Amino acid sequence: MAAKPVLYYFNGRGKMESIRWLLAAAGVEFEEVFLETREQYEKLLKSGILMFQQVPMVEIDGMKMVQTRAILSYIAAKYNLYGKDLKERALIDMYVGGTEDLMGFLLSYPFLSAEDQVKQRAFVVQKATSRYFPVYEKVLKDHGQDFLVGNRLSWADIHLLEAILMIEEKKSDALSGFPLLQAFKKRISSVPTIKKFLAPGSKRKPISDDVYVETVRKVLRMYYDLKPN
Amino acid sequence: MSGKPRLTYINGRGRMETIRWLLAAAGVEFEEIFLQSREQLLKLIKDGSLLFQQVPLVEIDGMKLVQTRAILSYIAGKYNLYGKDLKERALIDMYVEGVSDLMQLIFMFPFTPPEAKEKNLASIAEKATERYFPVFEKVLKQHGQDFLVGNRFSWADVQLLEAILAVEEKVPSVLSGFPQLQAFKTKMSNMPTIKKFLQPGSPRKPPPDERYVATVMEIFKL
Repeated sequence: MAAKPVLYYFNGRGKMESIRWLLAAAGVEFEEVFLETREQYEKLLKSGILMFQQVPMVEIDGMKMVQTRAILSYIAAKYNLYGKDLKERALIDMYVGGTEDLMGFLLSYPFLSAEDQVKQRAFVVQKATSRYFPVYEKVLKDHGQDFLVGNRLSWADIHLLEAILMIEEKKSDALSGFPLLQAFKKRISSVPTIKKFLAPGSKRKPISDDVYVETVRKVLRMYYDLKPN
Repeated sequence: MSGKPRLTYINGRGRMETIRWLLAAAGVEFEEIFLQSREQLLKLIKDGSLLFQQVPLVEIDGMKLVQTRAILSYIAGKYNLYGKDLKERALIDMYVEGVSDLMQLIFMFPFTPPEAKEKNLASIAEKATERYFPVFEKVLKQHGQDFLVGNRFSWADVQLLEAILAVEEKVPSVLSGFPQLQAFKTKMSNMPTIKKFLQPGSPRKPPPDERYVATVMEIFKL
């Protein structure tokens, strides 16, 4: 009997959200332990289960995995969302690298002042529409297939959908110049496991609010003075 | 026309250095194109060679690969430096990502303003000796093997050696509390392909200097 993976993180998106997406898309149920107090965090640190003293941490298959990328790669490979060979994996890694960079610009967003958030929003939307979305639009256009790599659902598609939705939260018509991405968004959102994740009551987390920011700052004693890009 | 991988970057370490290390450790010869002007970068972008308008770029096996992690994973996979199964790969990925976080501080260091340099140096020393090196010291102590994962040379060993040497350049005594890492450093440095890479005349790049910083700032308009 396989135990469910257990995710250790804050009760919010941050770096864990892509992992929630991928597990959900793979149809894998998981449990969560939310960091809420400094004491709890210090206890975790003392126990030695956080390899580099950081979260995300995911208990899966007898391992206590840390490092978001390592965790995502493991899940993708385990659930056959990593292409069929080295070359497809390279493409998936490249595409995911791009969406990771893009979503990375939004990690600091909740921690910024209102004024800086305006700047950061403009920065991220500009990057999305001039650097990242055109790439994926072209990939889909060039091969005419439904999925980014190998004519099959992969981690790259799931990660791109997550990125699209996050950007649209900042600018609702961000996809207006990208007809193929609009179709892609509808299509991938309809994949049954993903549709379920997008429905209310799933483990998907809402946009980070002040409570989240306060909790992270209190627990980690960091991120008091972040600046926009 | 050679089938050798071709690397496009600035003539300096930056994000390409780990790739040079891994190719060299795998015994793979490669060619390099050095960006010397902003015009050269803009032309590459215009030609569509850079998927996200960024370098590193590695042309290998008919692909124009970008994204450092994607490139390294491909090389590790191709040259059998990625463990024997998913679980070994997971360990390698964890270790490599950890080391990569430490190296990030080293990348950024040349670009920190003079008044912040001392503080950053202290931060590098602290992170190395309190967060990262203890992990690898413990891994080596616990299994007593020469290599980090699976009793076999892997990407994790290469990247850890690179980081140890990079930190030592800034903090010479950094390994003083880590006997296993000292032995590891010696053993890895003596592996034939790595020994060759550590010798003068190899593609290994020197530590960043003012000229490197100026070139980066000009080409990437930082």
